Amino acid sequence: MHSERPISIAIAALGGQGGGVLAEWLVAVAELHGWMAQSTSVPGVAQRTGTTVYYVEMSPKPAPGRRSPVFALMPVPGDVDLVVAAELMEAGRTVVRGLVTPERTTVVASSHRVYGITEKSAMGDGIADANAVLSALNARARRLICFEMEAAADRHKSVISSVLFGAIAAAAVLPFSRGTYEQAISDYGVAVKANLAGFQAGFDQAMQSSPVAGWAPPSSAPTTELGRALDERIKREFPAHLHGILQEGVKRMLDYQDDAYADLYLERMTQIRSCDESVARLSRDFSLTNAVARYLALWMSYEDTIRVADLKTRSRRFERFRAEVRAGADQVVYVTEFMHPRFEEVCETLPAGLGSWFSNSAFARRLSAPLFRRGRHIHTAKLGGFVMLSLLAGMRRWRRSTLRYRVEQARIADWLERIRNLAAAPGGYRAAIEIAECQRLVKGYSDTHARGLKNYQTVVEAAERMRGRSDLADAIRQLRNAALADEAGLKLASVLSEVAPDG
Amino acid sequence: MAERSFAHEVGKLRMGLGQEFRGEGILAVTKALLQSGVGYVGGYQGAPISHLMDVLSDAQGLLQELGVHFEASASEAAAAAMLAASVNYPIRGAVTWKSTVGTNVASDALANVASGGVTGGALVIVGEDYGEGSSIMQERSHAFAMKSQMWLLDPRPNLESIVAMVEHGFALSEASNTPVMLELRVRACHVYGSFVAKDNRPPKFTLQDALDSPTRDVNRIVLPPANFLHEQEKIQKRWPAAIEYVRRNKLNEFLGGSAGEVGIIVQGGLYNTLIRALELLGLADSTGATDLPLYVLNVTYPLIDEEIVEFCRGKRAVLMVEEGQPEYIEQALNTILRNADVPTRVIGKEVLPRAGEYTGQVLQIGIRAFMRKYAAEQFAAATPLIPSQAAELPKEVQALAALLPVRPAGFCTGCPERPIFTAMKLVQRELGPLHISCDIGCHLFSILPPFNLGNTTMGYGLGAAGASAFNAPRNKRALAVMGDGGFWHNGLTSGVGNAVFNQSDQVLVVVDNGYSAATGGQDILSSRAVNRSKSTRHPIADAVKGVGVKWLRVIDRTYDVGRMRDVLREAMTAPEKGPKVILAASECMLNRQRRERPAFNKAVGEGKRVVRERFGVDADTCTGDHSCIRLSGCPSLTIRPNPDPLRQDPIAHVDNSCVGCGVCGEVAHAAVLCPSFYRAQVVFNPSKWDRFVSGVRKRVIQFLQRRADRRRMRYAF
Repeated sequence: MHSERPISIAIAALGGQGGGVLAEWLVAVAELHGWMAQSTSVPGVAQRTGTTVYYVEMSPKPAPGRRSPVFALMPVPGDVDLVVAAELMEAGRTVVRGLVTPERTTVVASSHRVYGITEKSAMGDGIADANAVLSALNARARRLICFEMEAAADRHKSVISSVLFGAIAAAAVLPFSRGTYEQAISDYGVAVKANLAGFQAGFDQAMQSSPVAGWAPPSSAPTTELGRALDERIKREFPAHLHGILQEGVKRMLDYQDDAYADLYLERMTQIRSCDESVARLSRDFSLTNAVARYLALWMSYEDTIRVADLKTRSRRFERFRAEVRAGADQVVYVTEFMHPRFEEVCETLPAGLGSWFSNSAFARRLSAPLFRRGRHIHTAKLGGFVMLSLLAGMRRWRRSTLRYRVEQARIADWLERIRNLAAAPGGYRAAIEIAECQRLVKGYSDTHARGLKNYQTVVEAAERMRGRSDLADAIRQLRNAALADEAGLKLASVLSEVAPDG
Repeated sequence: MAERSFAHEVGKLRMGLGQEFRGEGILAVTKALLQSGVGYVGGYQGAPISHLMDVLSDAQGLLQELGVHFEASASEAAAAAMLAASVNYPIRGAVTWKSTVGTNVASDALANVASGGVTGGALVIVGEDYGEGSSIMQERSHAFAMKSQMWLLDPRPNLESIVAMVEHGFALSEASNTPVMLELRVRACHVYGSFVAKDNRPPKFTLQDALDSPTRDVNRIVLPPANFLHEQEKIQKRWPAAIEYVRRNKLNEFLGGSAGEVGIIVQGGLYNTLIRALELLGLADSTGATDLPLYVLNVTYPLIDEEIVEFCRGKRAVLMVEEGQPEYIEQALNTILRNADVPTRVIGKEVLPRAGEYTGQVLQIGIRAFMRKYAAEQFAAATPLIPSQAAELPKEVQALAALLPVRPAGFCTGCPERPIFTAMKLVQRELGPLHISCDIGCHLFSILPPFNLGNTTMGYGLGAAGASAFNAPRNKRALAVMGDGGFWHNGLTSGVGNAVFNQSDQVLVVVDNGYSAATGGQDILSSRAVNRSKSTRHPIADAVKGVGVKWLRVIDRTYDVGRMRDVLREAMTAPEKGPKVILAASECMLNRQRRERPAFNKAVGEGKRVVRERFGVDADTCTGDHSCIRLSGCPSLTIRPNPDPLRQDPIAHVDNSCVGCGVCGEVAHAAVLCPSFYRAQVVFNPSKWDRFVSGVRKRVIQFLQRRADRRRMRYAF
């Protein structure tokens, strides 16, 4: 029987990534070369954020008198020569669908991520493990060409299809010359210059195939007198492997308030360290101190109105938003903040006595209600808005007298005490770390913050009730994860009734 | 029509004799219609046949030259009823829609035209939306063909076969006085290939001819006693005539070998997949050459008894490759063979799955089981190209499946429908969960994450009707959603009129985005655009009031989440009885961008002062709770790793595809979220005044910032 088989190409893409254009270019390359080609797809509802696979087959024109090949309309597992993926997880999906086989399949994929809605809407970190996909690709592909193509496309103001197309040309799976590919882009006649630049970038980078660089935590050396003093104290009082995180913590305290606040932070950390030392005498990894260092810094730099105003008016922020919206040097950029201060936030910014009187006064609340009904638009790049926020940021010097400060410091003290008590109790060390991590539940602003705080309280109170149980640490972890599962608190309630039923 | 232009495709429709046409399957069908001398074409858009409608809509000039009437019908029922023009007159007509949903809607008219029969060729082109990527219930059009006795064509999925079947379809229709259905699966509609074109033919008998000298034949009208006559005629005259045409013209193909104990019968549309499966099993080559006898049904209804008997006689067993269920063809084969006393076994669903798409993988498994049982020797001699275990994935790869994020379809960037559902979520926070009856259209994506809103969807335009049973005296009201497409399709009567008549105490949100957006942005009655060939700009509000709705609120900027929420709350709690209709109108962003983006770029190029708006998130203040995403789900609102070394949860991030619709800010306000969102107004080609004012502001701001920076330097680490 006839042995020449068509070359089969599956293109996995998300709606709007231009997978269709890539299929058209591939068909064009084949036809320019005198081959015959077929492409097809099932767009369906994939045109909006969904995924789709375009499928291309090509083969040389049959000799006169010979029959033409019968092209298939969909890829068959084990029978794909080239898989092209415009996103990392979609590359992973082709592996799961069996389209990537070690004997046959070259994979050309971009390593960038387009997050799925479930990853984006998670209440904490819902990002899927990219390394698992990368290692599966490495294990299953005959050859893998994988690098960050979105950035390259962006650099050349092109689309990812052109970079992929360049990488396909470099992969040399198809017996066509580079010029034919470029011809196909030119003939297509849309954004030719940008697409050729994207093609070139894809081609060059595929030839080099540089590995994806990992993230390394920055190490820092103090630059000021204050910094050096604090750094010395950290180095004197804490084990070496905690220096990095404590430096970050101290930095945050200085940035948030002043050196006295940084001292308070280190004081609290010293207490935790000695507690850690007395409990976990044998293991010297100070896991508890490590965890508290992170979460204490976050809690002590709680986001009050003063902090928000400070962050919003910084010069670095102005540079950042100009870069983020890609404003050219000759363009004017105005920003509008969407703020919705509530009665509660205003009370919290007042001196503690006054603030607590106000917040308990139904009359004051009713009287001022119209002021807080609507959100405010604040124009930070205009004088009125900027000066107002600057003045608010300047209230830092009176922060220690605000109601919010008093409330937060009491919460922090309570949290630290729970941690120390737990750690000191027999078998409570791991549970103490879990309680430390519960700070993660308290974040955001207004309703979000209130919800997080409520969940936090539910978890720590349940932990209190469960004191002495051998599975306490696991129970706390379960509760914490449940609190992050949904906004309505359904999962938390059900886990709660399971692990701590007397609540 | 929408802002997209199909001028390039229209050019292809003009090709003449001998030219090579290259393009998509559905475009080839369009060309084949013109080559067949079609007199009129109608239809209702929807994947996978939208392209046919869109291209013809842009081809008005060509159609006028040829004297072809084209109509974007109000519904599939309206399209099917058009075929009435072929009942009395020798005019060829074609209608098209998405099946089986469209065929459901059309079936009243289809049954009538099939009963009375046709004089001119009547062709119904259905896009069979079955299998991967489908958005509708999984059913077969085959049942409609059988119940009304229309003939069903299922051509091999290459352009030459498809085009030939369109041409034969008209001739078959005329030869048997019966409307003919041509079924194209999704991949066949989108397949790129080529065929050699013929000249376009103007219709021989025109619609004008018919109007000048109308004829009538009372025997063609479905009324007693003619209706009884029709049934007799179908069996005694039209059916045999169809069989005769199909046989004489060899519409079904005998391919492959002629010897052996087994053979395969296959629906034409599955031929290519079958050949690939056979090839991988070592039973065919890539050109389709095989020793196995194949009988390819390009006509799947009616079956040709003699051909089947001839094919099966002397074989131990035949494999029937028939996708979907019930297995009508397999059942019919058994009857035919038993009646003819042929003992050949018919194997179909015994080795092939009863439900689901027949992919190359599925067919390989089925054929392997069939061959092992009925032709073991022949099968043993074949060398498969892929060992059967190769497709099995290692455990760790299978485990990967659970890790990959699902990617449900969602609203586009800047979609004006998103804030409607954000507002619904906010109203639910106040009033508790609501029963929501959904419709068909982009707005149905509300069912999916992150909105997770909606209880049922009963069909196009049926959102309000789907809530009609909940007219119970309760404090909470049922909420129904309907799009402008569904409204004009039938929702005005089945939903709004029905609710007025029955005094249904429901709340109906009509989403008016100016187009039939989900099917590709076609114009409809209430579209705001001026359309050369259609009458548009008929407000939905007028229609709603016209059928007697008293409680109507119109929101002409859905992005105002706060107002949207307030109006929804008002409707849910208003003391008035009867339907409460909220018309939520903002233009489809996809279509708006198609128009505005080029205009914006042009203005920038010409040096005009223009302002681009987009949103951003401050990394410093975002704490990574993602409430904003749960209330929006905009593709441009995404996440990125937290740049803060202390924080772990990823932060929200607005990417450069943001169109500045404003929802992020409105949501942050209405739901009292967080102060991280900012709107940036980027002024392109700023005027002298701009420069002056911003220069002054900049100097003052930078002075203050330098002061703050100096303080920060003192407290730096």
